[in-house]
Amino acid sequence: MKRADDFQERRKHLADLSEDQLEERFWQLAEKLVDPIVELGQKNTSPSIERSVLLRMGFSSVEAKSIVDNAIDRGLIGKGAGHIVYKLADKKGISIREAGLLLVEGNAWEEVKPLFEGGAK
Amino acid sequence: MELKPNEKLNIKEILKDIENYRPKRRGWHWRDGVGEKRQIGKFEYYDSSENLKQSQPLPASKYFENIDPQPQPVITTEIASGRFEDDIRRMRMAAWHGADHLMVIRTAGQSHFESLIEGTPQGVGGIPITRKQVRAQRKALDLIEEEVGRPINYHSYVSGVAGPEIAVMFAEEGVNGAHQDPQYNVLYRNINMIRSFVDAAEAKKVMTWADIAQIDGAHNANATAREAWKVMPELMVQHAINSIFSVKVGMKKGNICLSTVPPTAPPAPSMRLDLPYAVALRDLFREYRMRAQQNTKYMESSAREATVTHVLNLLISQLTSADIQSTITPDEGRNVPWHIYNIEATDTAKQVFNGLDGLMSMIQLKRNDSELGDKVRELKERAILFMEEMLEIGGYFKAVQEGFFVDSGYYPERNGDGIVRKIDGGVGEGTVYERDKDYMAPVTAHFGYNNIAQYGEEYVANPSKLIGGSTLEDPDKIIFIDELDESDNVNVRLEEVKDLIGTTKLKPEMEWLGDGIILLTMFLPTDSRTAEFAALEIAKKMNLHDCEVIHKEIMQEAEGTRIELKGKVDFSIDTSELVIPPKPEIMSDDEIREDIDEKPMKVVAATVGEDEHSVGIREIVDIKHGGIEKYGIECHILGTSISVEKLVDAAIEINADAILTSTIISHDDIHYKNMKKLHQYAIERGVRDKMIFVAGGTQVSNELAVANGMDAGFGRGTKGTHVATFLVKKRREMANED
Repeated sequence: MKRADDFQERRKHLADLSEDQLEERFWQLAEKLVDPIVELGQKNTSPSIERSVLLRMGFSSVEAKSIVDNAIDRGLIGKGAGHIVYKLADKKGISIREAGLLLVEGNAWEEVKPLFEGGAK
Repeated sequence: MELKPNEKLNIKEILKDIENYRPKRRGWHWRDGVGEKRQIGKFEYYDSSENLKQSQPLPASKYFENIDPQPQPVITTEIASGRFEDDIRRMRMAAWHGADHLMVIRTAGQSHFESLIEGTPQGVGGIPITRKQVRAQRKALDLIEEEVGRPINYHSYVSGVAGPEIAVMFAEEGVNGAHQDPQYNVLYRNINMIRSFVDAAEAKKVMTWADIAQIDGAHNANATAREAWKVMPELMVQHAINSIFSVKVGMKKGNICLSTVPPTAPPAPSMRLDLPYAVALRDLFREYRMRAQQNTKYMESSAREATVTHVLNLLISQLTSADIQSTITPDEGRNVPWHIYNIEATDTAKQVFNGLDGLMSMIQLKRNDSELGDKVRELKERAILFMEEMLEIGGYFKAVQEGFFVDSGYYPERNGDGIVRKIDGGVGEGTVYERDKDYMAPVTAHFGYNNIAQYGEEYVANPSKLIGGSTLEDPDKIIFIDELDESDNVNVRLEEVKDLIGTTKLKPEMEWLGDGIILLTMFLPTDSRTAEFAALEIAKKMNLHDCEVIHKEIMQEAEGTRIELKGKVDFSIDTSELVIPPKPEIMSDDEIREDIDEKPMKVVAATVGEDEHSVGIREIVDIKHGGIEKYGIECHILGTSISVEKLVDAAIEINADAILTSTIISHDDIHYKNMKKLHQYAIERGVRDKMIFVAGGTQVSNELAVANGMDAGFGRGTKGTHVATFLVKKRREMANED
């Protein structure tokens, strides 16, 4: 879009505001712009977020990538990659690390899916 | 492991046992002792912070008892050689000069890498940010900060499509500062905007936990826009979006730093354009921190020109405020920055702030009924109008899609040349997934919906309890990967330069150990294009290879060109084979005094020929400057521009033991010619072997002075005690000969 500088016209509704009022308005507008984006962050996840969860659970970057890629392929990422590892460990009575490594090796994915069935989507 | 000032930092020692290293501390550190007046040497400083335990002061500090006042802002230097092991040595040098924010630039391309990079591969224009490299650099800085006596902030980037993972790794490894701004990903790295913001929320949450200071990315609009000063309203909007987004994620305002750059540079009337912007920004964002960056947009290859622009940028910081003062190396317009320019840039900031200390106690910005006040208000209004229109058309994402950002028009003017990104386009598009109702992540510092309560209410406040603690509570859970690439790693690189480590072999270096790079400056009396190719030929004849002209400047179209050229030497020298003359001997003050007490000494002194520069001779003679008078030597300063005849005649008349001459002017070797004249006239008068003849001056070398008939020559850095030592020893020697 091309437009000439119509600042004088556009600013009319701001002309009578004090400097403090201007600043207040500035921050109100900024908040309005980011509020829906913050909500987006609350409701969603991404491969990187899930890998970062697995790092914090004690997996290497290589292991984390493998587990997350597999979870995405199997449509399970919405459960949380860390959740998958936790549930598998719980079910088999093994440590978090052992459960994750089973997933990295690709041996336990068949066991994972049923663990989430019945859970509300 | 402890560093000793006269010993090199041992990289292999740093890498030893690195898999078990844990950082000493976490979180950002602001300088201590800010806001109090401080006596340093002979002066009281109004705007300083605590002194360092050990440091490298400015060159002129020798005139001021070697003081090294440390300014209030944290001072940044950005390091980017591509080899972290060489960057570590540079970090130590920078810390000694006063930098306490060491920012490591990432290698090109890391933004688009899904996952962490591991090991120590070499980078381009920066290093791949890996756990091993970060840990090694933090470990080195833990030692360096002990050495200089001030905590050092280590900093890199949390961006790209692996932002949250990098944030976690930084939190684990004790990184103290990071760039984090999803808008940067969107506009400059073409990463999908939804992905970028969703990732950013998590990354910011982790940074908040680790007390990492955040720097935004708005300054890039300055560097990208065609006419940088026109994007000022938009810059304030970008700052606001990242700032308030961070606050809503939980970050404290005191850790949110705006990366702000004075948008213009001379020959534009830059202060008049940049100052209102700086003031408006500090008004609107008074609860946040200012990271004052320096202008890169208008940098050419002249290091001098860049430095002047940066000095003006520093003046703006002093006139307004800066919590972090960033520095740009003055060689950034010609090559990947070299060691020496990181030091220059750091010194430029320190020097300017030293010089401007207390300025604001004497002057004030004119805010009311002034051009400044009007401009400040106008900028704020333009930024508000910008956001109003963004909301009107449907919000941030819509606005980016419509090319609102980095348009070269001065908003509300639009030129239609903004950066356009699509909501459903870019790298990582379609990789954001909705969290299910039973979504759960049993870790600390996780942002957003987390149904941990399904496993028990007791975990809600502390989700990682469910797994007995995450790596943030228990660092022993971190899995360390050493190397993934056998041929591209630090061990291979160190092996290649092993001849230069811990041996007497020496090679010049600008970026990497043993790179062999040297810089030549020359003037060629010809036009610019001829000069460029002539310079390359000259370098070839000097046996330099990989030569490149990195700067040329026309002195006058026909009369000549200044050339700066880099090239490499492929030899090393062996320092054990060098013949290095011994350092001049200095007798103790008491010993000299005793000698003079027993046998008084008289000298005459003057500047000879047509030379009015008497500072040097007074420095050597005058008791106030610690000159030879203090030993009781009777000194007669005859004055300036004295003829050699008059000088020798006066010496004979008072029966002097010695004649001291000083010459600053060295044009056409006049200083040496005068020495020869002096020598010959003294012979004619029959006193040459009865008196001591000493010549001094900034361009005088002992060897050449002796060759021209003097008993000794003293150059730059000479003190009275050097000359007195010589006089006493020479007199003893002459007495023995008799």
